[in-house]
Amino acid sequence: MALSEVDRGLIAATQSGLPLVPRPYEALGAALGVSAEAVRERLAGMLASGLIRRIGAVPNHYKLGFAANGMSVWDVADERVDALGARVAALPGVSHCYRRPRRLPDWPYNLFAMLHGRSRDEVQRQARDIEALLGSACRGHDVLYSTAILKKTGLRLRED
Amino acid sequence: MRPDDTAWGDPVDARLIEHLHGGFPLVDRPFAQVADELGLTEDEVIERLTRLLARGVLTRFGPLFQIERAGGAFVLAAISVPEARFDAVARIVNAWPEVAHNYRRESAHRRGGGCACATHRASAAATPLNMWFVVGAESPAAAEAVLQRIEVETGLPVLRLPKEREYKVELKLPIAEAGRGAV
Repeated sequence: MALSEVDRGLIAATQSGLPLVPRPYEALGAALGVSAEAVRERLAGMLASGLIRRIGAVPNHYKLGFAANGMSVWDVADERVDALGARVAALPGVSHCYRRPRRLPDWPYNLFAMLHGRSRDEVQRQARDIEALLGSACRGHDVLYSTAILKKTGLRLRED
Repeated sequence: MRPDDTAWGDPVDARLIEHLHGGFPLVDRPFAQVADELGLTEDEVIERLTRLLARGVLTRFGPLFQIERAGGAFVLAAISVPEARFDAVARIVNAWPEVAHNYRRESAHRRGGGCACATHRASAAATPLNMWFVVGAESPAAAEAVLQRIEVETGLPVLRLPKEREYKVELKLPIAEAGRGAV
């Protein structure tokens, strides 16, 4: 499925966010040359198709008191990673959970779980819970803590 | 931006942020509807959101796109950056609009984590993968083109870790509780 011209226009017009005015969809429509109703219909359509995951606020976890952010990474047996990944995803504190390829010898880990806590101790406890859940299926792990946000803008499409 | 767990703790802001995690109404005056649901005024909701964005408590307010559904790709990438070049490399990477976010990271195993297994002994000897960023583009080929350009401009190899499977995205964190904790 390729992007339609209207969808592309909507992505470009909202990539830095919705206009903070009483009638944001009307403002978007005016910028794109369509009606407010057409904007709402397309946004609803993109929500239904999953192209839009949600419409809402993206918090800066640091400023909300979740000062510790750890990317926990695990080397899990291939035949068990999908079943275990789904269970890891359900643990409290896990915000995102993905399977990614190993890149040997540089990178031996195939399961990623993002952990958030008010302190590194809290994140370490979450990592220990994952370690217990994975048991013998796990051959090694690491936790990479973020120490600075260098950039956080979200998706930007090229204008050209 | 450095971690900051004390700058914020307004309970109305906390309720607003939690309420606005998703499901922003697709109606003529959505901020007025949200205001009704929270017992605020439309002006107050807009004013608070404007302030939260300006202060960086929110990084964004609007639709979150899952570009894979339209043929696009997000690729997690990592570089081992020598410390002396860290800021210069960050400037090169961040200049690409396709780079959606970029974090400096350090391994727990490098801080006396006590892990002595062969994997970690080996990785501890090399320059750590200390820069982690996500490239989002309209196609996997477009994402790869950006990664190749970053390799050329920085002269450093980029580890590509594309998503193979998604088990979960975006936990809704207990923000109101965090706000109280931070006061």
